[in-house]
Amino acid sequence: MDVLLQQLVNGLILGSLYALVALGYTMVYGILELINFAHGEIVMLGALVSVSVLGVLVAMGVPVPLALLLALAAAVLVCVATGVLVERIAYRPLRNAPRLAPLITAIGVSIVLQNLAMILWGRQYLSFPPVLEPHIYAWHGASVSNVQLLIVAVAAVTMGALLLLVHRTRLGRAMRATAQNREVAGLMGVDVNRVIAATFAVGSALAAVAGLLIAAYYGIAHYNMGFLLGLKAFSAAVLGGIGNIPGALLGGLLLGVIESLGAGYIGDLTGGFLGSHYQDIFAFFILILVLIFRPSGLLGERVSDRA
Amino acid sequence: MKTKLLIALMVGAMSWTAASAAATVETVKIGCVAPLTGPQAHLGKDIENGARLAVDTINATKPTLGGKPIQFVLQVEDDAADPKTATVVAQKLVDDGAKGVVGHLNSGASIPASRIYADNDIPQVSPASTAVAYTHQGFKTAYRLMANDSQQGRALGQYATHLGKRVAVVDDRTAYGQGLIDEVVKGVKASGGEVVAREYTTDKSTDFTAILTSLKAKKPDVVVFGGMDPQAAPMVRQLQTLGMKIPFIGGDGMQTAEFIKLAGPAAEGAIGSSPGLPIDKMPGGADFTQRFGERFGKIQIYAPFAHDAAVVLIQAMLRAGSAEPGKYLPELARTKVDGVIGPIAFDDKGDLKDGPVTLYQVKDGKWAAVETVGGPAATPATK
Repeated sequence: MDVLLQQLVNGLILGSLYALVALGYTMVYGILELINFAHGEIVMLGALVSVSVLGVLVAMGVPVPLALLLALAAAVLVCVATGVLVERIAYRPLRNAPRLAPLITAIGVSIVLQNLAMILWGRQYLSFPPVLEPHIYAWHGASVSNVQLLIVAVAAVTMGALLLLVHRTRLGRAMRATAQNREVAGLMGVDVNRVIAATFAVGSALAAVAGLLIAAYYGIAHYNMGFLLGLKAFSAAVLGGIGNIPGALLGGLLLGVIESLGAGYIGDLTGGFLGSHYQDIFAFFILILVLIFRPSGLLGERVSDRA
Repeated sequence: MKTKLLIALMVGAMSWTAASAAATVETVKIGCVAPLTGPQAHLGKDIENGARLAVDTINATKPTLGGKPIQFVLQVEDDAADPKTATVVAQKLVDDGAKGVVGHLNSGASIPASRIYADNDIPQVSPASTAVAYTHQGFKTAYRLMANDSQQGRALGQYATHLGKRVAVVDDRTAYGQGLIDEVVKGVKASGGEVVAREYTTDKSTDFTAILTSLKAKKPDVVVFGGMDPQAAPMVRQLQTLGMKIPFIGGDGMQTAEFIKLAGPAAEGAIGSSPGLPIDKMPGGADFTQRFGERFGKIQIYAPFAHDAAVVLIQAMLRAGSAEPGKYLPELARTKVDGVIGPIAFDDKGDLKDGPVTLYQVKDGKWAAVETVGGPAATPATK
């Protein structure tokens, strides 16, 4: 029982991270129907920037909470700037091009960002400064660390703020209007370009938060870390119903839990025939099932294909 | 084609006249291959310098071969740690008439090159390659001076069992990680331990909480990981997060300074192995460090091994009274030399007999040698 509980805890923490990243995919898709494959690299930038800034600040003797906040601010700034810039340079000129063109551009942007990061930070792994003294809390046989609790708390607050933004503000209303129909929203006086830029900015800010949390949790950051993470988060977004914000949340958490349970029990379930290196089978198998029986994802609505 | 041939003839004639004019002393060419460019260049240079020190020291004793005075010449080539380049320079050494080769560094380079040396009957002594396959291809010419991954894995397994009978293992599914853990499992069983769980990950993962949790359920006394430092570091952190206070052990892939940097305080107490003895424990270590330091500066890792590789080759030639591989190869196989790195003898595969493996533990943020397993000097770790 305590093992099951621990696996659920592991899964929920991993899932919170997936969900934060998945939100970025789903917001952009909701508005542009573009799968922004460069989003994983934005997370990577957030991680690398926060590690570098934090390293400098801690070396200068800045108190840890302030240093963390400043590192987060720097990461958000860099990620938002990159996200908006990428939209302006790479996606806006292709907004009315056939669907494949921006998709391939997105992959190109991802490769460019990865290589830029490799040039700037080098190929080696960077370590997150050990500023967060790990405290471990035991709860019914499962252990949780303060960093993990921080992850869940920050992820929950950020996602709550996002929901408020989308449903309670003028910008949010403009986003929802643009998502429903870009042309009509434009005719009604919504500055579509500004709204799309704002969507990229918000998604990138979430990515920066995710980057910092991931670097803090695993203790390492690397120019190549965004790729697999982006792929998983994208799957989470599809699982929940891409374009749907609560869907990204649900998809992320589910994917995390499935992966964790899968890795934990696959060996015992198959009598050792399949080992834990097949953990991704579970996640993607469920993804395939969802796509077969509910092509628009768990919470997605059936929308007619506009392309 | 014709001009090329002509030039070749002229060059040949010139070098022949030059040689006969200058040399009343004959020379024997020893090849030395290592990566001299790229990220491992410093390690390659270490090998070159080690071999050079050996050759120069022996030349200074005015050696004779079959009654005639002889001088050994080191021909150094760069394989850039690349398998393809390795075969090109191997062929070049063959064409240039090298009688023996010290090298290469990387298993990935040594293995393809060893075929070329074997086809031309040129003995090769690697100072650094540890992949089991290198000496297990059936070539009579392939030798090495480092404990191979199988010897290392067994030593790790023995040591793990000596810390606790219930051993859990994790490997990263690479040739290195899987091969190492397969041997660890054999080592654990041979020393009376039990492998209670085997889990797998990849060389790109960073989240191991799921597999560590299922390990935790099996209540192991110790965890052994086969893989590299970018995985070992987050793994040891997550082990702590999960409240598992058991020893964490790995191979030379994590016995690196990088591991300590990445894992931070969580690295404390982790145990990593590395083939060979630490330099200050080598029988000839102090003397070698001094001689090497006077001429080249600081030793990286491989200089003493490269030094002994050259010594072993040359001494086999001297004993056989011939630099012809066909004549001195049997002598090489019978090698019994007290080298810098310790007593050197080969088994029938060409592996170092009882190659020692040293275990290190992180203490105060540094790797400190705790015990040497195997090796003719040490007693087996069955305390």
